[in-house]
Amino acid sequence: MKITMTHGSGGQATSELIASVFANAFQNDVLNRMEDSAVVPGSGTIAVTTDSFVVTPLQFPGGDIGRLCVCGTVNDLLMRGAVPQYLTCGFILQEGLDTELLQELVASMAATARESGVAIVAGDTKVVEGNGGLFVNTAGVGFVPAGVDISGENCRPGDVVLVSGTLGDHHAAILSSRLGIENTIQSDCAPLGGMVKALMEGGIHLHTLRDVTRGGLATVLKELASSSGVSIRLEEEKLPVTPQVGDLCGLLGLDPLYMGNEGKLVAILPAEEADKALELVRSAPYGKHAAIIGTVNADHPGSLTMLTPIGGLRRLEVLQDEGLPRIC
Amino acid sequence: MAIDLEQLRRFLAEYDGEPLNIMEVCGSHTAAISKLGIPSLLSDQLRLMSGPGCPVCVTPTAYIDRLIALCKEPNTCVCTFGDLLRVPGSGGHTLRQAGGEGGRVRMVYSPNDTLKYALQEPNTTFLFAAVGFETTTPVYALLLQRLVKEDIRNVKLLTALKTMPAAIDHLCTSGAKIDAFLAPGHVSAVTGSHIFEPLAQQHQKPFVVAGFKGGELLSAVYACVKLSGEGKVVNLYPSVVTREGNTDAQAIVNQYFEPAPAVWRGMGEIAGSGMVLREEWQRFDAGSAGLNEDHANPACRCGEVLTGKISSNQCPLFGKICTPFHPQGACMVSTEGSCFQFYSNHREK
Repeated sequence: MKITMTHGSGGQATSELIASVFANAFQNDVLNRMEDSAVVPGSGTIAVTTDSFVVTPLQFPGGDIGRLCVCGTVNDLLMRGAVPQYLTCGFILQEGLDTELLQELVASMAATARESGVAIVAGDTKVVEGNGGLFVNTAGVGFVPAGVDISGENCRPGDVVLVSGTLGDHHAAILSSRLGIENTIQSDCAPLGGMVKALMEGGIHLHTLRDVTRGGLATVLKELASSSGVSIRLEEEKLPVTPQVGDLCGLLGLDPLYMGNEGKLVAILPAEEADKALELVRSAPYGKHAAIIGTVNADHPGSLTMLTPIGGLRRLEVLQDEGLPRIC
Repeated sequence: MAIDLEQLRRFLAEYDGEPLNIMEVCGSHTAAISKLGIPSLLSDQLRLMSGPGCPVCVTPTAYIDRLIALCKEPNTCVCTFGDLLRVPGSGGHTLRQAGGEGGRVRMVYSPNDTLKYALQEPNTTFLFAAVGFETTTPVYALLLQRLVKEDIRNVKLLTALKTMPAAIDHLCTSGAKIDAFLAPGHVSAVTGSHIFEPLAQQHQKPFVVAGFKGGELLSAVYACVKLSGEGKVVNLYPSVVTREGNTDAQAIVNQYFEPAPAVWRGMGEIAGSGMVLREEWQRFDAGSAGLNEDHANPACRCGEVLTGKISSNQCPLFGKICTPFHPQGACMVSTEGSCFQFYSNHREK
């Protein structure tokens, strides 16, 4: 069956779509009531975030828009030390969308929500003209445990920079799909709750967490250097990049430092806790290839530099415009 | 030249001889040099200069204007590699903006992608923006071969193809002080290193064919210093480059293209520095002749940057009006452009 404008009418077709696709997949006590808003328990310090997902193709090696729209929002909550609890989702469906595909994407979303320990408690569906596409917005609520203060302003001289795995995988997978390049690259799209929990319960004094998404590692670290008033020095030889992503970047003239991930974080933490933190992340889900890649320093606040394998120094800026494949 | 990396680094850092200007004329060299931080390893007496090694950077504005006009014509789609999308034409207008205004523009990974589109939409003409040096031209020749063989009539090329030797000769006689050349690795793989021999002899400068890894580039800079003043060609990239080059690629290029004068952005017309479709294949040409006007922002000093007369950071627009986000000249667009690399990696010399 294909989605038509009738599915967005608010009438019977809408109710049937919601009941058969969304409520069926996401079911929980709060959502099942189908009230105008979800009323949920909670108190203390609340973290709130929202994100919209417009990726094409809707399914790609290693994931799909359903998994992505849960991971993106859950990870944003985790980066402030919050424990994610509730999600809402707003779907904008284009006419012509295949309902079987929609069901697969929603099932993927439900599975990722279960993996992340969050309940999808409210939602909305609209239909617009188009050619079978789909957009999703998710908003998330989490609770920040007492005493936790993780922020982009908290990087301190003497800290180290930990990255939880290989760079650029999601970006490279999407680009390969769009350009029709056949390879074995998979998106790294994943919820990072297990890793953050391991670090916090392991007693690591996390100063800053940030997920490495659009703009890539260099953009993220340059922004952290500015917001914390410190400098960051990376060592290129320590950056984890798979040979497949490295080679694709070489072919297309792209740089893994500026390629987005959807399941990687950087953690800034005291140098004396580096070994323990690395072990905790490597033992956690999705953290096998974690590495300590650099240090935080007091000189030249706001600067990000990288020591190259031959001992040269490269200064890094934020991503400028979008990364376009070059001509030769 | 049995010298290890540590000795190379020490020699290049401590060099206190005559000041030497060494020019690279390959965009991939420009990018690799910046990304490896090589300028930070060299003595102040050694200066690396980025020459006209990026095909996008040397494309005149008239060519961009023509692409913009073509993409808005009915039943027409312009296909291009990514970095050409953001190059400003004469009014600062880009192909990407034209796409947002209803023009049909498609970014492709390979010219062969156009074959697929051409079959899917037989009533649309797909125009490929065929920009490039000796490295890329064989790919266009292969596309033409398939168009002929499969009798596909709705794919055409708008060409702005350039060749290196005449441009290097122009640089050597234009007044810029260039003491040695890092000869382009990819171009040499196609042409062979022999094309630099007449230039080396005539201008008494060394041409060192270089690879792209850190050690390869440092070795090549070292060779440039050691051979300064000598008209020699040295191939330090023998795993890929031979003296004769890829003769199959040369043959197919000659089958479809012939030498012609070409206009280089900011440098003007240089005799024998371009390639155009031969007379018998003109039916595949989308109007490439006469696209010679070059009206970039008048304050943009791309021409002097490309010829080594000034560094990117000596251009008054650099980093102020002209940034990768708002490029005024083409050198700030491509990731292989000299200004882009200067800006993005804070290359200081």
